[in-house]
Amino acid sequence: MERILTRNVDREGAGTLAVYESSGGYQALRRAVTTMTPGAVVEEVKKSGLRGRGGAGFPCGLKWSFMPKEVDPKRPHYFLINADESEPGTFKDRLLMERDPHLVLEGSLIGAYAIRAKAVYIYIRGEFVFATGVLERAVAEAYAKGYAGANILGSGWSCDLIVHRGAGAYICGEETALMSSLEGNRGYPRLKPPFPAASGVWGCPTTINNVETVANVPFIIERGADWYLTLGKPPKNTGPKLYCLSGHVKRPGVYEAPLGLPMSELIYELGGGMLHADRPLKAVIPGGSSVPVLRADECEVDLDFDALAAKGTMLGSAGIMVMDSSTCMVAAMARIAHFYHHESCGQCTPCREGCGWLESVLNRIENGAGRQADLDLLISVSNNIIGNTICALGDAAAMPAISFVTKFRDEFQHHVEHKSCYEGTMALQGVR
Amino acid sequence: MTAELEARVDAIVARYPQPKAALLPVLWEAQRARGFVDLEAEEWIARRLGVSASHVHGCVTFYTMYKQKPSGRHHVQVCTTLSCMLRGSDELLAHLERKLGIREGETTPDGKFSLVRVECLGSCGTAPMFQLNDDYHENLTLEKVDRLLESLP
Repeated sequence: MERILTRNVDREGAGTLAVYESSGGYQALRRAVTTMTPGAVVEEVKKSGLRGRGGAGFPCGLKWSFMPKEVDPKRPHYFLINADESEPGTFKDRLLMERDPHLVLEGSLIGAYAIRAKAVYIYIRGEFVFATGVLERAVAEAYAKGYAGANILGSGWSCDLIVHRGAGAYICGEETALMSSLEGNRGYPRLKPPFPAASGVWGCPTTINNVETVANVPFIIERGADWYLTLGKPPKNTGPKLYCLSGHVKRPGVYEAPLGLPMSELIYELGGGMLHADRPLKAVIPGGSSVPVLRADECEVDLDFDALAAKGTMLGSAGIMVMDSSTCMVAAMARIAHFYHHESCGQCTPCREGCGWLESVLNRIENGAGRQADLDLLISVSNNIIGNTICALGDAAAMPAISFVTKFRDEFQHHVEHKSCYEGTMALQGVR
Repeated sequence: MTAELEARVDAIVARYPQPKAALLPVLWEAQRARGFVDLEAEEWIARRLGVSASHVHGCVTFYTMYKQKPSGRHHVQVCTTLSCMLRGSDELLAHLERKLGIREGETTPDGKFSLVRVECLGSCGTAPMFQLNDDYHENLTLEKVDRLLESLP
């Protein structure tokens, strides 16, 4: 299959403007700003079926269409790029930013044109120091060539590009927390409504898109929505997708394939199969640690939004975490709960306290101090988090917890009864 | 605070419609200048951006990457989230604790190394890994770690 999003990442000089332009780079921006109206760009993206690649899978063109059609000079529009890639198991946006930053910038600029934005802020996680440097150099190149700044490509439209570095907080990948953080506050999520298109950053109409989402846009403008609709599983799961494969496989990494790639193909063909020949597949988390786990017998599934939803889980950020038969499921869930407890912003009691309870109870089960009632306690704590918080972070801890306890109940029960892990599993695994 | 930093702050503030939005980047500048952000720096930034010192402190303590005290010259941040755990990050962390003679969260007495456990660094396909100051070191083995640590000044 033709590589689309990752076509430049392995090229000599990857990341430079020269390489990007030599593969047709910035022609889509030129077409958009000199031959199309903003409304026509929105319509083309709508028609393509592109769904957001950050986790929720919301239709991109539809999101853009929520923005006001006229700009009130007192309330300029802003386009925010969510480059705060922090979902455990996810490392695709980093690849794009480090190896093809101009693709990210071109997509961002086309999106900004479509929503009539005054400026683009790329909010990148603080740990990505290298990617930040690459993006900043690319931004300087884009300004120098007239792709950003005043009167872009002679179109009369002006837009600034600013790279804004976070400082270590998973919650800032949540779009309203990202806006709070960009404004110079602690990264506290806000209630919706108001939705960002009505009142976003600085109280102005705002659209927020993931890095990979905007990286699709230049191809849609250059080759057309009809071409895009031929990729993947139209009409609702279209386009190329970056899959992040990690855990117990021979060749972990980022793999590009059209949406709807069978999971078995990702693990056993692209990923080279299980890491150890004598340790078969036990479980897969298909969309980053925030989504429910699948047992091995549930893994005959296509990796797209709707096929995974039908299995009771989510494509999420396409972080496919593979666990083999040596994995202790209690230890795995305890580690996930630790993450959410650490990352809870602390605003909402059910999340702040609930994630702590999940971690404590899971740890005591793992350490052989679990009680019979703990299994139901985990479910009860989870159900008291879900739906009772401002943002989805609490749900992202609770939904996996329910799935682990329900689908691997025997293994949790074994810990309570025998004060030890299942035979053949180990909580700590050696460095290869 | 130096004149150079003053000029940098002006340039940063100009990128945003409100000065307060410059808080995170200005904190980065302050940390780069001194290695950490103390109360004196927080108060200076608060005056400069027109926010309260308590607001600045609230942000310094909310975001994990701002340091309130100096760390070791080589700050080792080991990812132990699930994908790294599956590929041996717990043993990697235990090895570093033995090798450096400190526990997670501590700094060696000579100030050369500090060691912390951190959450997912977005490097799950190249696990296990750690971040050493600004740089990612991926696909680690214990041998690679030993060679790397011994090569550091």
